[in-house]
Amino acid sequence: MAAYQQPDERGHFGDYGGRFVAETLIPALDELQQAYKAAQADPAFQAELHSELRQFVGRPNPLYHAQRLSSEIGGAQIYLKREDLNHTGAHKINNAVGQALLARRMGKRRLIAETGAGQHGVATATVATRYGMDCVVFMGEDDIQRQSSNVYRMRLLGAQVEAVRSGSRTLKDALNEALRDWVSNVEDTFYVIGTVAGPHPYPEMVRNFHRVIGDEARAQCLELTGRLPDACVACVGGGSNAMGLFYPFIDDQAVRLIGVEAAGLGLSTGKHAAPLTVGRPGVLHGNRTYLMTDENGQIEATHSISAGLDYPGVGPEHAYLKDTGRAAYVAVTDAEALAAFHRLSRVEGIIPALETSHALAYAFQLATQMRVEQSIVVSLSGRGDKDIHTVAALEGIQL
Amino acid sequence: MSRLAAMFSRLQEARRTALIPFLTAGDPSTTGVVALLHSLVQAGADAIELGVPFSDPMADGPVIQGSSERALARGVSLRQVLAWVRDFRRQDHDTPIILMGYLNPIEILGMRHFAEEAADAGVDAVIVVDLTPEEAETDTALLRQAGIDPIFLLAPTSGPQRVAAVKRLGSGFVYYVSLRGITGAQQQDWDEVVSRVAELRRELAMPMAIGFGIRDAATAKRLAGKADAVVIGSALVQLLQQAKDDEDAQRLASEFLAPIRAVLNEELSA
Repeated sequence: MAAYQQPDERGHFGDYGGRFVAETLIPALDELQQAYKAAQADPAFQAELHSELRQFVGRPNPLYHAQRLSSEIGGAQIYLKREDLNHTGAHKINNAVGQALLARRMGKRRLIAETGAGQHGVATATVATRYGMDCVVFMGEDDIQRQSSNVYRMRLLGAQVEAVRSGSRTLKDALNEALRDWVSNVEDTFYVIGTVAGPHPYPEMVRNFHRVIGDEARAQCLELTGRLPDACVACVGGGSNAMGLFYPFIDDQAVRLIGVEAAGLGLSTGKHAAPLTVGRPGVLHGNRTYLMTDENGQIEATHSISAGLDYPGVGPEHAYLKDTGRAAYVAVTDAEALAAFHRLSRVEGIIPALETSHALAYAFQLATQMRVEQSIVVSLSGRGDKDIHTVAALEGIQL
Repeated sequence: MSRLAAMFSRLQEARRTALIPFLTAGDPSTTGVVALLHSLVQAGADAIELGVPFSDPMADGPVIQGSSERALARGVSLRQVLAWVRDFRRQDHDTPIILMGYLNPIEILGMRHFAEEAADAGVDAVIVVDLTPEEAETDTALLRQAGIDPIFLLAPTSGPQRVAAVKRLGSGFVYYVSLRGITGAQQQDWDEVVSRVAELRRELAMPMAIGFGIRDAATAKRLAGKADAVVIGSALVQLLQQAKDDEDAQRLASEFLAPIRAVLNEELSA
């Protein structure tokens, strides 16, 4: 079987991806694409990236065998890829470091970013400070309310946080606003997109900056168990941690790849964020992919307990992997995710992010259907400190 | 000959720049759309650009975003916009109508189906903001088959390859975005715009419309006789927000367009 090689030269993953933007953005994307290609082929850039990931991010992080949990479940062995132990507490920093180094190489002095839960905003603010650049983070007004501690973290790090009041005031609108800023300030500004979506080359570039998750996990799993895992599970909003984990396993046909979307209050209620599970193909934010869209082509409002999954689109490579059947996509409700949040906290002493809790909830179910000698790698994409206010409020506790 | 080609040939003979106002369909109201279109023509519009509202208008500034949100809140859909055009065509057989919008509402209908419906309703041309030439091979073929001109945008930053792609795929006219940025922003250097547009007109052998940053008679005057058409969007949309009712909207639009049209006529007699 031929090795997996996606996307094509123009950023197409089968029918998905590509470049659907206003003409004014094309030169900026061309410039980015050329700079990224050159950086990819430059050993000095790769060496610096590697060194930053070691020294500043704290990689490699462990692949942790959750033994107590696995024996409690009584099925497959669960291994957690500890992205939560990275500096800033989530996988997002892998990509932020990569793009900031690229921005510096291109002579850009100003970083802009969109953020939902605030993790990508914090990561971008962090690297901007690390490399002495200005930083503006666009964030929906509703998200600013529910992720106030991350907003304060960004400000502590010296970033300017811009409240976005248009549209549904969440992640998708923050992305629109960041694109508008970029098109107006192309000369000195680098747009650090936080997920594997957007116009080419972003989906490919962001995946490549995150593949370190899967590369490490694959080697660690071989070392710990002597074989590859039977399944890899990760949550999918835009899908960056999932793509980072999945990518190095794509040619290992025996390894099941499962992405977990947010079913919110339940798929039948319409209040969810599960475009791969129940959406349809369309065009948004520069790429063709699965979207939550109404019968008139308007993008629908989404709901998830986790701000990081509250997005009506998904990276185009996931759309491709779904259609080809190489990956499977399922959805987990707010309530199921919350239960998994508590379970991991109580059994393993690890408080996961609410986003991550979706992956955990599905992995726990899956493990019960597998044998004890089998194994599942779960991307523990972020830590849950940022979510304790949300969880406490749901339980009627005032912090 | 298409309505657009007829308009440009008529104006070329008269040596006059076309005036193309932009409106978001369904803003400031859904009841007065067709009457408003007629009043724009009476006030001197040579063609009309009609915005199809979209939930995520990423290339638009706050004014057109706002009008798009208001229109959507009133339930305006692409099908509704086509129905209004059909209604407008009952009385007006000559004024070209150009739809401007984003790809997703069109894709939901399917490009082939949309192109046929739009042509049947009396639409002459379509600008899809987020459909770049490299993704547009199939779609432009479907539009042209239905007799609709696919209009592409060029920007000050567009290089020779992009100009060549637009020449190959576009027809009707080319929309020159006079500045970097989003709709509604300010343009400073009109001389540069004018000389670039002259170059492009020779190269493309297509009429050139200039948009983004034209707000009033003063800015229009600088382009009179130098572009084939000027598009005025955000300034008009903003003004119409003050309309007390449908008749007031028609009055405001006419008063706004009249001096701009006068300036474009003046240049001709000079």
